[in-house]
Amino acid sequence: MIKLSSEIAGVHFKNPVVMASGTFGFGREYGKLYDVSCLGGISGKGLTLNPKAGNSGIRVYETASGMLNSVGLENPGIAAFLEKECAYWETLDTARIVNLGGGTLEDYVLGAEMIQEDADKRLRTGKTAVDMIELNISCPNVKEGGIAFGVKTCAAQEVVRAVRKAVKLPLAVKLSPNAEDIAEMAQMCQEEGADAVSLINTISGMKIDVRRRRSVFDNLYAGLSGPAVKPVALRMVHQVAKRVKIPVIGMGGITSALDILEFIMAGAAVVQVGTYNFLNLRAGSTLVEELEHLMEAENIRSLDEIRGII
Amino acid sequence: MATVISNERLTDGVYQLRVAGDYGGEMGQFYMLRAWGAYPLLSRPLSIHQVHEDGIEFLYHVVGEGTELLAGLVPGEPLSLEGPFGRGFPQVDGKVALVGGGIGIAPLFYCAKQLPGCDIYLGFSREPFRTEAFRPFAAELTVNVGGLVLDSVDFSAYDHVFVCGPLPMLKAAQLKGFAAVEAGSRARVHLSLENRMACGIGACLVCSVSCRDGQRKACTDGPVFLSEEVVFHD
Repeated sequence: MIKLSSEIAGVHFKNPVVMASGTFGFGREYGKLYDVSCLGGISGKGLTLNPKAGNSGIRVYETASGMLNSVGLENPGIAAFLEKECAYWETLDTARIVNLGGGTLEDYVLGAEMIQEDADKRLRTGKTAVDMIELNISCPNVKEGGIAFGVKTCAAQEVVRAVRKAVKLPLAVKLSPNAEDIAEMAQMCQEEGADAVSLINTISGMKIDVRRRRSVFDNLYAGLSGPAVKPVALRMVHQVAKRVKIPVIGMGGITSALDILEFIMAGAAVVQVGTYNFLNLRAGSTLVEELEHLMEAENIRSLDEIRGII
Repeated sequence: MATVISNERLTDGVYQLRVAGDYGGEMGQFYMLRAWGAYPLLSRPLSIHQVHEDGIEFLYHVVGEGTELLAGLVPGEPLSLEGPFGRGFPQVDGKVALVGGGIGIAPLFYCAKQLPGCDIYLGFSREPFRTEAFRPFAAELTVNVGGLVLDSVDFSAYDHVFVCGPLPMLKAAQLKGFAAVEAGSRARVHLSLENRMACGIGACLVCSVSCRDGQRKACTDGPVFLSEEVVFHD
């Protein structure tokens, strides 16, 4: 019997395959193609206190083995999520993670409080829709907040401290590879009481349209993801896992079970899969199946045997 | 996995791809195609050109790496299809005009076959293609090369106008539709948008369309929208 499961702050992950925020909606669309309860978890589309229309202009551009996106956190807002999506999340047998973004410190805190209140209310009727909050201090595509908080440790510290104070739910903090010192950032999160860190968000990048003599993106820069970023992500997960004791949720360019094992060996507790969902709409079920076979072939009985061995 | 039956070059950069398999769909819906491994990363959304008993057909214009790879496919080669996706053209009654520009004629052929007796307007900047295939289904067929095919269409003569073509043409069709309605016409104008997509199923929000009631998704709320719903930015 192969053991794929693990726990982060009391939240059970039946396997390490978690779908990454921004690539999976709230799961409904992929749920029409396969049973998303086969997944270890789902991190929903990044939410802000108020609805956001996102960025204008072209929002996606392919690069060598990757893609740039400039969605700009388009989302329905937290109230609409709680009202329209949580009933669906209640039915899912997988770890359900709310990805919380913000513009200002106040927005983050108000948003976090709303999610916590809703969770408390549901719990009183014996229901749960949200198992964990993933605090996004690292979106490269929004002008205020987002990456501004994600680059400087002292700026991030304020947000992490305030949100930690506002919620009892398990809290992971999603880190930016654009941080000045990502290991220091992770350590700060640990000291401020975060239950986990997740990394990496997209790498800030650019594409110029030579003929039009301008950036392809209205927002100038965009976030790079996909296999192109995997070596960088793996190195950062390794560095962070060496620095902190809290679990590390690793991601960046994963497209195979072999990639997953690399991240686990680098020290990740579980992983997230993002861009691969666009190549293969059944990425989740493919990877869970592939992973079991690969572990069997490699004679690995539990991920605990190989976690952080490098 | 689907299999290529044929992949014929119609004119410079324009191909007609026929794929074997049990694939259906409605007018204006699309499939996500890929015939390669991990690179290019994304699949390519192509609208349904027509459905056969033994397969499905697409029409595409080579504009980048993905379509270039599609152009290299030979009979017997495998490719993957996901779909049909999206909300296409509605089933309508009354007098219908189909207006296509360039590769935008692709979904209109499937419409023409289901709406016999419609008037068809096809515009091309250079050499036209597939025009004779449309003729048997058209009450009247107008082909324009090098000009603006929209200029030939009197919107007030129709209950519905289906438009698919380059962005400037869609914008012009919207304005023409507004003018027609203001002049007392009951014409409803339906635009098929061609936004860049990643997932194709409504999860990633890269194909967002600005609409009067907020952001909508080209892949699931569209690609066909009522023209008055869409807010075009410059």
